Amino acid sequence: MKPYVIRRIVGRVFFYLSVFALISPALLVFLWMLSLSLKNEVDNMAFPPVFIPNPPTLDNFIDVFAKNDFLTYTYNSVVVSFTATGLALLFGVPAGFGIAKAKAARAAALIMIARVTPGLSYLIPLFLLFQWLGLTGTLTPIIITHLVITVPIVVWVMIGFFEGLPNELEEAALVDGATIWQAFRHIALPLARPGIVVATILSFIFSWNNFIFGVVLAGRETRTLPVAVYNVLTFEQVSWGPLAAAALLVTAPVLILTLLMQKEIVAGLTAGGVKGG
Amino acid sequence: MSVSARMGESAPAGGLGLRGRNYARQYWPFVVPAGFIVAAVIVFPWVFTLYMSVHEWHIGGGVTWAGLANYQRLLTDDRFQYAVLRTLYFTSLAVLLPMVLGIAAAVCFHRNFPLRGIARTIFILPMMATPVAIALVWTMMFHPQLGVLNYLLTSVGLPPSSWSYDASTVIPTLVLVETWQWTPLVMLIVLGGLASLPTDPYEAARLDGASGWQMFRHISLPLVWPHIIVALVIRTIDALKAFDLIFVISNGGPGTASETLNIYLYLEAFSFYDMGYASALVVVFFVIILLISLVLFGMRQRAY
Repeated sequence: MKPYVIRRIVGRVFFYLSVFALISPALLVFLWMLSLSLKNEVDNMAFPPVFIPNPPTLDNFIDVFAKNDFLTYTYNSVVVSFTATGLALLFGVPAGFGIAKAKAARAAALIMIARVTPGLSYLIPLFLLFQWLGLTGTLTPIIITHLVITVPIVVWVMIGFFEGLPNELEEAALVDGATIWQAFRHIALPLARPGIVVATILSFIFSWNNFIFGVVLAGRETRTLPVAVYNVLTFEQVSWGPLAAAALLVTAPVLILTLLMQKEIVAGLTAGGVKGG
Repeated sequence: MSVSARMGESAPAGGLGLRGRNYARQYWPFVVPAGFIVAAVIVFPWVFTLYMSVHEWHIGGGVTWAGLANYQRLLTDDRFQYAVLRTLYFTSLAVLLPMVLGIAAAVCFHRNFPLRGIARTIFILPMMATPVAIALVWTMMFHPQLGVLNYLLTSVGLPPSSWSYDASTVIPTLVLVETWQWTPLVMLIVLGGLASLPTDPYEAARLDGASGWQMFRHISLPLVWPHIIVALVIRTIDALKAFDLIFVISNGGPGTASETLNIYLYLEAFSFYDMGYASALVVVFFVIILLISLVLFGMRQRAY
């Protein structure tokens, strides 16, 4: 073989090895999570560890639902994330349009500062406010605090999308006598649908994942899933199997969403570098 | 306009087309409803935090004017100062490693290869997964006696580590998880930069006989530099603010060995219920974050 052929083969092998090295940490942690959740307690506590569940068992998952109020927590998480995302879309999409069209750089900067601020700095004042209003113990405070995450994500993503849209169609409509509202409703909004999809997914995921707001504000009955997994399961000395099963249940919707919508998620994150909390 | 442009570069003038500048005002009705929400849940907390930080405010106790006493207390609070040092230590590592790995990964994923889509999706799963859930799994993996990581270490002949269970190893351990989780975000931002590169300079360079490394060093790197800075700023802010992973894996321990500013802040506010002092901490923390981000942003002005 000619030297340059060998070099190319070596280069290609090296390249695939690096790709493998890059993705294996992610893969291994999730596979280990799956393995822990499908093994019985004896195998989970075995040393050296048992890697492949044999036979796999669903007892851990049954355990999670039987011993905890997991359905309530799931319901809480669903209500909180959907409401916070819905409200953020309702208010954030028009705002993104307005900011993009008015070239309001200062309003955009405000959204950026919101991204910089640590989550706890919202939590202390809002915690006191909710206590004063007597709202603690309901889902309302949790939904309201999740707006801190979802509104900036939606506005930020939508500014980017509306800025990327061509102005000509809207201007033609305005010249033909449409109001700005009509131009938004019938021209900009349909064109920005891919942006709305991206904003919805990201806002939902980061609301779903949020832990810090719930851990402070949630009462026994209003825990969201991440808080429940942390509070209930770890403090009751639960063994590893059910804990891994619960962790998997909490994060599974997000992982599945990521796998299904990877193109949209990559587009949104690449453009915005958004992350909540 | 890209985000990097929105994050600091001056916006191009004009572009308002036939409607002119005054029409900008007509768009404000679209912003006002969201403006109310932002005012209520974002701006109000900022102002209220400032107000609280100059008051003595314990939950269950009264509220009295304290002037700058809370801030003065910071100067003599050892626990705060150690927390600052720990935060800087954690942040510098939790920025450096994801940046290096993220840029390398972006270069890899920029190339076309079979199954690139699925490989990239697997690669970004850590940053999408629920932090609490993966923190719990890592905690189980870190277990000194039963954890899978020590088994792997010893089976290749390395000494076992006490991971998050020992004061000397807890911060590097947390950095490991943080790197695992957030390298993908750096990768995505830099990948976005690489994807927007023009192809002509490469063709010209290749004709002139430039090597792959030379092209990366003299064409890709300068062009992608603004994206790298954006990734750097975002990563730094996130590392400074890191909470979930530390809270779940070590809860600031053992002792106070991993008590970063954010964790200390949480304790002051929601374990000791000292809201005035916690608010002063928040203000200082926010100023630190803002200063560091501004300094980093200054780097983008640097001629490469």
